[in-house]
Parts: sequence; structure tokens; C-alpha cells
Amino acid sequence: MYNAKYIIPGLIIFALLFTFPFWYNLGAVTYEPVELELPEDFDDCIESTEFMRTEHMKLLDEWRDIYVRDGYQLYWSELKEQYFLMSLTKTCMDCHDNKEDFCDRCHDQTAVDPYCWDCHHTEP
Amino acid sequence: MKAINSLILVLALIVIAMLGAGALGIEYLFGVIIPYLAVFIFIVGFITKMVGWGKSAVPFRIPTTCGQATKSLPMFKDKWSRLDNPGTKLGTIGRMFLEVVLFRSLFRNTRVELHPGQYIAYSSSKWLWIFALIFHYTFLIIVIRHLRFFTEPIPGVIVFLDQVDSMLQILVPPLFISSALILVALGYLLLRRFFVPSMRYISQPADYVPLFLIISIVVSGMLMRYVGPFKTDLMPVKELAMGLVQFSPTVPEGIGLTFYVHFFLFSVLLMYFPFSKLMHMGGVFLSPTRNLPNDSREKHHPNPWNYPVKLHTYEDYENDFREKMVEADLPVEKPLEEMAEETSENDEKKE
Ligand code: HEC
Ligand code: HEC
Ligand code: HEC
Ligand code: HEM
Repeated sequence: MYNAKYIIPGLIIFALLFTFPFWYNLGAVTYEPVELELPEDFDDCIESTEFMRTEHMKLLDEWRDIYVRDGYQLYWSELKEQYFLMSLTKTCMDCHDNKEDFCDRCHDQTAVDPYCWDCHHTEP
Repeated sequence: MKAINSLILVLALIVIAMLGAGALGIEYLFGVIIPYLAVFIFIVGFITKMVGWGKSAVPFRIPTTCGQATKSLPMFKDKWSRLDNPGTKLGTIGRMFLEVVLFRSLFRNTRVELHPGQYIAYSSSKWLWIFALIFHYTFLIIVIRHLRFFTEPIPGVIVFLDQVDSMLQILVPPLFISSALILVALGYLLLRRFFVPSMRYISQPADYVPLFLIISIVVSGMLMRYVGPFKTDLMPVKELAMGLVQFSPTVPEGIGLTFYVHFFLFSVLLMYFPFSKLMHMGGVFLSPTRNLPNDSREKHHPNPWNYPVKLHTYEDYENDFREKMVEADLPVEKPLEEMAEETSENDEKKE
């Protein structure tokens, strides 16, 4: 091979860069799925757990628009067959009163950092 | 037709992932086996290709006409020639760096225009350069941001990049500027092939397939993030990704089908990479018009594959046969007497 003194170091850098995730996690403990602290007094969230996992941000976004722009305040939950106040702090954080052990556990793992808390309280 | 066939090919890949991971339920194949295979093929294929290129002949230095070589007549004052046509190693490193980081050659892209009266004019055209730049950098940012699925704890840089990229705070989850821009750039790169007649003429499936593949990866990713029925829970995705990089693969429950489509298309891209024009990623470092300093007037560059030839010069030949040549009346360069004198002189010196 010609110019091996340039090409070989280049290929070593290439291999190191593209295997970054493999060696970055070396020595770290094997990844465990997050454990969440769920509210004890209730069995269910306001919608099904699967729905909440994928759609809670959309739900909050809709609530915000409906509350702030259209002035409605109540959300009818088919699952629970009851009304909930469309409020981030007064509803979600009423049951999930431990942001660090609930919301943040998931968000930290996926580099999600909702800016909502710049304005909203974490406790009712 | 070439574009349509390429599109059908990529759509078929999407259907394969949907049937395999969805209808047939062989998630392990699409989530573990194919991705591992893809990474292996990518890295080994890339290195093999580069070594193969390294073994082929390196041409003679190619002086490009963009500037005078460093050592030129005193009247040429152009200091850019140090980058355009460098004669030194440092200048060549500079030229390579700007080529790789800023695509300087694309910056010189020109457009041919035919004016009335059969005039041909060349004018500068920077669109390709600017959209290529946008495409490559947003792609890089997206790939780095995706490392959030493959690292734990997530390095601060990645979290920071995530925040900067989503700083517009429109939509929930917030729109990433990079994923919006990459769509615009990909759109340009594709439409260019559709609507510029000369581009359309030379475009092959090998040009369309990578474009459609990357567009599908980006669209499936954005669907997964923003659009209701395609959304997926990211926690099991992280579990799967971490399982892969820590060599304890698992296929957790609850990953949406969109993810498998996204992941399968990505695996195909990796496998296709070493065999496609995408290898310009490594190839750019081996471009002979960019990486060879123009120093053929200062340095001797022996042909590296010269066969070691046994030499017998005319001088040696005459030395061997001088007496016989003189006897046969053949002309010689050094007459016999001189030889005799020289030898006698040498003899005297020895004494
Ligand atoms: C009535 C109390 C209550 C309210 C109000 C409530 N939750 Fe829940 N939530 C729960 C319970 C209980 C669970 C656990 C469900 C389970 O175990 O399947 C849960 C589960 C969840 C999960 C899924 C966690 C997992 O297991 O992965 C998310 C996400 C979530 N809630 C978000 C929210 C958000 C956002 C709001 C406000 C819109 C909210 N919750 C309002 C009680 C509540
Ligand atoms: C099961 C894990 C999980 C839990 C529990 C959870 N989230 Fe999330 N949340 C996520 C994920 C994952 C995203 C990013 C979604 C995406 O990128 O598709 C997210 C995104 C968001 C967003 C959108 C903002 C952004 O930057 O993407 C908001 C707002 C949000 N979550 C609020 C909450 C609140 C409030 C709670 C606690 C009541 C909570 N979440 C609990 C996983 C979770
Ligand atoms: C700039 C500050 C600010 C930020 C950031 C912000 N909000 Fe709000 N939000 C408000 C204000 C002000 C109201 C109106 C409160 C009222 O009228 O009672 C409100 C109302 C709401 C409401 C309905 C009322 C209630 O009590 O909750 C929801 C739901 C909501 N916001 C969700 C969100 C979510 C989700 C985010 C993050 C993605 C967010 N907000 C970010 C300021 C903010
Ligand atoms: C060529 C490589 C890839 C490209 C170009 C790409 C592109 C994208 C884009 C543009 C998005 C939209 C949101 C964003 O920008 O983050 C996205 C989302 C996503 N991608 Fe990829 N992707 C690639 C590889 C992967 C891989 C290997 C995984 C495996 C873990 C993956 C998993 C995801 C997931 C889970 C989402 C949704 C993120 C969210 O909801 O926030 N992608 N992808």
C-alpha cells in the first residue's frame, strides 16, 4: 500500500470514531431500564399507560392551547370516566408529586429537558 | 424511470421492515441481527475499500491551474496559491482541511448558459455548494444527537447540542432545526436531478437510491417524533440501543413499528455504504488533485513501482572492450593512451 503512514492512522481514527458507542460504555454497569416512582393511591393514569408514554407531551400541548386560547378548563377522561382540570401543575403534578423520581428519570435518559418548568411549579 | 425504480426499491425496503418486524413479529432479526451485521459490513467494507484504493497507483503530482506554485516567478504575488496550488506539506494540509470542512471545490461550481447568438457563458453557481454544506452538517448533527440513545450517562455535549438544536421551541416535542434543514437540503439535491436537464441525463439509480434512502430515514424519524399514530415510546428504544452497544442485546416490548422501519433503513444505509458513491467520505482524503503538493520541480519523485534494473553503462562497456574496439578501428571516447597514462599515474600515486 502506498502512503501507508497516512492511510493507516486515518483508518484507525475512522474505526475509533465509528465504534464510539461501543467503547464509551465499556466498564459502565449494564444498562437497566428506568424504574419510576408511581403514585400509590391510584391504579391508572388519566389515560392508558401506553398512551401516556408516547403521547403525554402532545396531551399537555393540547391542554395548554385549549386552556390558554379557548378558555376551556376540563378534560374528560374516557378511561377514568371523570373530569380533570387541564393543568400541568394542578393535575399531573398532583398525582406525580415527585418530578425527580418520575418525569426526570425518563427525560434524563433521553436528553429531554422540557422548558415548561421555567414558568410552571412542580408542586401544586 | 431510474428515479421511479429507485423509489420503488426504497419503498420495498420499508415494506420488508413492516412485514418482518410488524406482521411476522421477528423483531430480533430487525432489531439485533441485521444492525450488528450492518455495523460489521460498514466498518470492514470501508477499511477494505480504502486499503484497496491505497494499493492502486498514485499518479504524478497534478498541478491544478487555480494558482501558481509557491516557488514561481517574482511577478506572481498571489498569496492564495499557497492554498490553491501548494508546494509544501503544510499548504497541502490546509487545502485538504478546507476541502473536507468547507467543500472548496464545490464552491467553484459553475453553470453553463447559452445566450442568444450562440454565446456560451459560464457563471458562478453557489446553490449546490450551500445546500451540500447544509446537508452534510445537519446530517452530522443529527447523528451526534442520536448518540443519546447509545450512551449512559449522556455526555454533556450531546445534551447541549439537543438544547441548541431545539431552541426555537415550536411544536411539542420541540422541532429540531437540523431535521427541518436537512429536509430542505435533501429536497434541493433531489429536485436538482429532476429538473436540471443535464443532471437528469447523467443521474443513475446509484444517485437516486442514497437520496431516497436518506429522505426515508429522515421522514420516518420525524414521523416518529411529531406525528400521532407513528409516535413511539423512547424508553424501550434506549433499552434496545444500549443492549446493542453493551453486547447484551434485548428486544423490549412496546417499540412502535415506525422505529423498526427507521432502524432497518439505517441498517441498509450502513450496509450499502462501502459499495456506493457514499464512499466519497473516505475517498475525499485520497483525491490526488487535492492531497499531493505541487513540488515536482523541487523534489525528485522516483516511480515507486520501478523494477530494479541492472545497469551496464556505455562507459563500463568501453572499459571492458576498449582494446578490442581500437583494434577493430571502432571509435572510442577515451583513447588507449589516455587509459595507459591514467593507469600509470595511478600507479605512481600508489608508490
Ligand atoms: C389520578 C392521578 C394521576 C394523574 C392526574 C396523572 N397521572 Fe400519570 N400516572 C398515574 C398512575 C397511577 C400511573 C401508573 C400507571 C400504571 O402503572 O400503568 C401513571 C403513569 C404515567 C405515565 C407512564 C409511566 C410509565 O409507567 O412509563 C406517564 C408518562 C404519566 N403518568 C404522565 C402523566 C402526565 C403528563 C399527567 C398530566 C397530564 C399525568 N400523568 C396525570 C396517575 C396519574
Ligand atoms: C416513560 C418515561 C417518561 C415519563 C414518566 C415522563 N416523560 Fe415526558 N417525555 C418522555 C420522552 C421520551 C419525551 C421525548 C419525546 C420524543 O422526543 O418523542 C418526553 C417529552 C416530554 C415533553 C416535551 C418536551 C420536550 O422537550 O420534548 C414534555 C412537556 C414532557 N415530556 C412532560 C412530562 C411531565 C410533566 C412528566 C411527569 C409528569 C413526564 N413528562 C414524564 C418520557 C417520559
Ligand atoms: C413563559 C412561561 C411559560 C412556559 C415556558 C410554559 N408555560 Fe404553560 N402557562 C404559562 C402561563 C402564563 C399559563 C396560563 C396560566 C393561567 O392562566 O392560569 C400557562 C398555562 C398552561 C396550561 C394550562 C393551565 C395550567 O394550570 O397548567 C398548561 C397545560 C401548560 N401551560 C402547559 C405547559 C407546558 C407543557 C409547557 C412546556 C412545554 C409550558 N406550559 C411552558 C406560562 C408558561
Ligand atoms: C443515518 C442515521 C440516522 C438518521 C439520518 C436519522 C434521522 C432522524 C431524524 C431526522 C429524526 C427526527 C428527530 C431528530 O432529528 O432527532 C430521527 C428520530 C429518531 N431516530 Fe433516527 N436517524 C438515524 C439513525 C437512527 C438510529 C441508528 C436509531 C436507533 C436508536 C434511531 C432512532 C430514532 C428515534 C427513536 C427517533 C425519534 C426521536 C424522538 O422521538 O425524539 N435513528 N432520526
